[in-house]
Amino acid sequence: MTVPAIFAARGSADRLTGLFWRRPRLLLVLLLTPPLLWLGVVYLGSLATLLLQSFYSIDEFSGVVVPEFTLKTYAELLRPANFDVILRTVVMSAAVTLGCAVLSFPIAYFAARYAKGRWKAVFYLGVMLPLWSSYLVKVYAWKLILAKEGIITWAASATHTTAALDALLALPVIGGNSLSTSYLGMFAVFVYVWIPYMILPMQAALERVPTSMIEASADLGATRAQTFRTVILPLALPGVVAGSIFTFSLTMGDYIIPQIVGNSANFIGMAVYQLQGTAGNIPLAAAFAVVPIVIMLIYLGLAKRMGAFDAL
Amino acid sequence: MTAAVEFACVSRHFGPVTAPIKAVDGVDLTIAEGAFFAMLGPSGSGKTTCLRLISGFETPTSGQIRIFGQDVSQTPPHLRNVNTVFQDYALFPHMNVRDNVAYGLMVKGMGRAARYGRADEMLSLVKLDEYGDRKPGQLSGGQRQRVALARALVNEPRVLLLDEPLGALDLKLREAMQDELKALQKRLGITFVFVTHDQHEALSMADSLAVFNDGRIAQIGTPEQIYAQPRTRFVADFVGSSNVLPPAMTAALGGPAKWASLRPESMYLSASGPISGTVTALRYLGSGTRVVLRVGEADVAALVPTGAPVPQIGSASAFAFAPGALHVMEGE
Repeated sequence: MTVPAIFAARGSADRLTGLFWRRPRLLLVLLLTPPLLWLGVVYLGSLATLLLQSFYSIDEFSGVVVPEFTLKTYAELLRPANFDVILRTVVMSAAVTLGCAVLSFPIAYFAARYAKGRWKAVFYLGVMLPLWSSYLVKVYAWKLILAKEGIITWAASATHTTAALDALLALPVIGGNSLSTSYLGMFAVFVYVWIPYMILPMQAALERVPTSMIEASADLGATRAQTFRTVILPLALPGVVAGSIFTFSLTMGDYIIPQIVGNSANFIGMAVYQLQGTAGNIPLAAAFAVVPIVIMLIYLGLAKRMGAFDAL
Repeated sequence: MTAAVEFACVSRHFGPVTAPIKAVDGVDLTIAEGAFFAMLGPSGSGKTTCLRLISGFETPTSGQIRIFGQDVSQTPPHLRNVNTVFQDYALFPHMNVRDNVAYGLMVKGMGRAARYGRADEMLSLVKLDEYGDRKPGQLSGGQRQRVALARALVNEPRVLLLDEPLGALDLKLREAMQDELKALQKRLGITFVFVTHDQHEALSMADSLAVFNDGRIAQIGTPEQIYAQPRTRFVADFVGSSNVLPPAMTAALGGPAKWASLRPESMYLSASGPISGTVTALRYLGSGTRVVLRVGEADVAALVPTGAPVPQIGSASAFAFAPGALHVMEGE
């Protein structure tokens, strides 16, 4: 009995598999077309429309959008009232990013270097669990925690630290009547809500730093602080930058937290929400929406120049 | 002469106290200053843990470690005048070669010009003069190894530790590096302690070596002693390709009823025996042929030099051995 050298195609499925095997590019094109269409048309296309809208202006009398190229809308961003909104948002985003980074590092470092097996599962669950519950519920819960009659005030009086809390609230600008109506409170809620987005990329980056590299640094005479500054941080920087992109842009775009917690001062997200809704000023809303994009691009440019991506 | 490194009944246990994993179990060891010392053993035998105990990445569970007479059992790595060449080299990928080599001087606060000068001297010592501006990622395995060596040596350590330093290199390069390392050690006069699982490497490079097994030292001695007079079956088996003969066979060959080792190259074909059996395998090695003989329950290998007649597989054959070649072992 002879065994055939080549098996005959059993049907159209075999012929199709054969075709894909001979022309791997064809398969690639077929697989990539739907997501690229989505990404190109729906995702980037709408972004381009947004950009275009920001160069239009609104007729002040009729309230109708005038589809003619102008920089008038961008000039409006520089008006003190609008510029304050931008400045406030950027400063808050930067503070939240910094706060997240400082709080995340020890957690991410522990998870990357020491947590094994069960502890790793506990880490992932602990970081992800809050993401599974409703964002609104969490923010309202925080409002209650931070309120004047809330848990923190109660805990402060129970531990006789009311004076410290009052001193904190008496700080100019960031303080206020109570934590829930101050920038401090808003900062705390922002950090709480966005910290998983900082921890996870940071942990991934730290996990890729080989133990032998940290040992080599100590072996060559570096103290722990020197090792951290010259080896761990530069190697983990891409992860820190990735995390900070999340926390920074998420804070810049958020319009819920500033409405619920804080002193009702306007933020970019709230401004966009109001301008496209009640005010009907789509061009100015679009111009506001471009601001975070520009700031992120500048931030990434700076990070690249500082060598944040050299270790990639 | 002072001892460079001393272990006094050092143990390193991992895991729970009730059922510890004894990575290093009561090791006594003295490494003389200026020696090229090898720690040889299979993986998991405790040789790497011993090296990490010297560098300070592990602290002993019990016992004392002294470096030049000073107790360092509780001293952190960065305060020990000891440097390591890591198995994976562990070069910093975000720094160029010069900054890598100068790293140890940088963390000690030496100025840029001075440390770069020293780094360039070291790079020239390992024959990488032109490579200072490259990133480690742009170098070959052999070049990275030299950078790791230069990075350790620039600190003028009193003891240099090498963890399987040649493991990742191909054969040709490995042999060249063996000679180079040996020459470098002679020139610098630094104590080298190096860990390997390759018996040829250990025998050819070291002045003295320790054979590790199960967290203990099976034997310490010069390469000649270890090779010719193995103390236990494990050493005879692991180092070189000696035959290990069971007590009954040793007795039959005129020795005491103890385990013995017999080197294949000391055996020759001889019709009168005393070792006779059936040839079960032949392996041509270039310089000779390894003949495996089935003698009763045991296998005995003999090396027949090229040019001499080689028996056929399946044929009955008999060998004799040079007088004094049969080494009776003290240990099990």
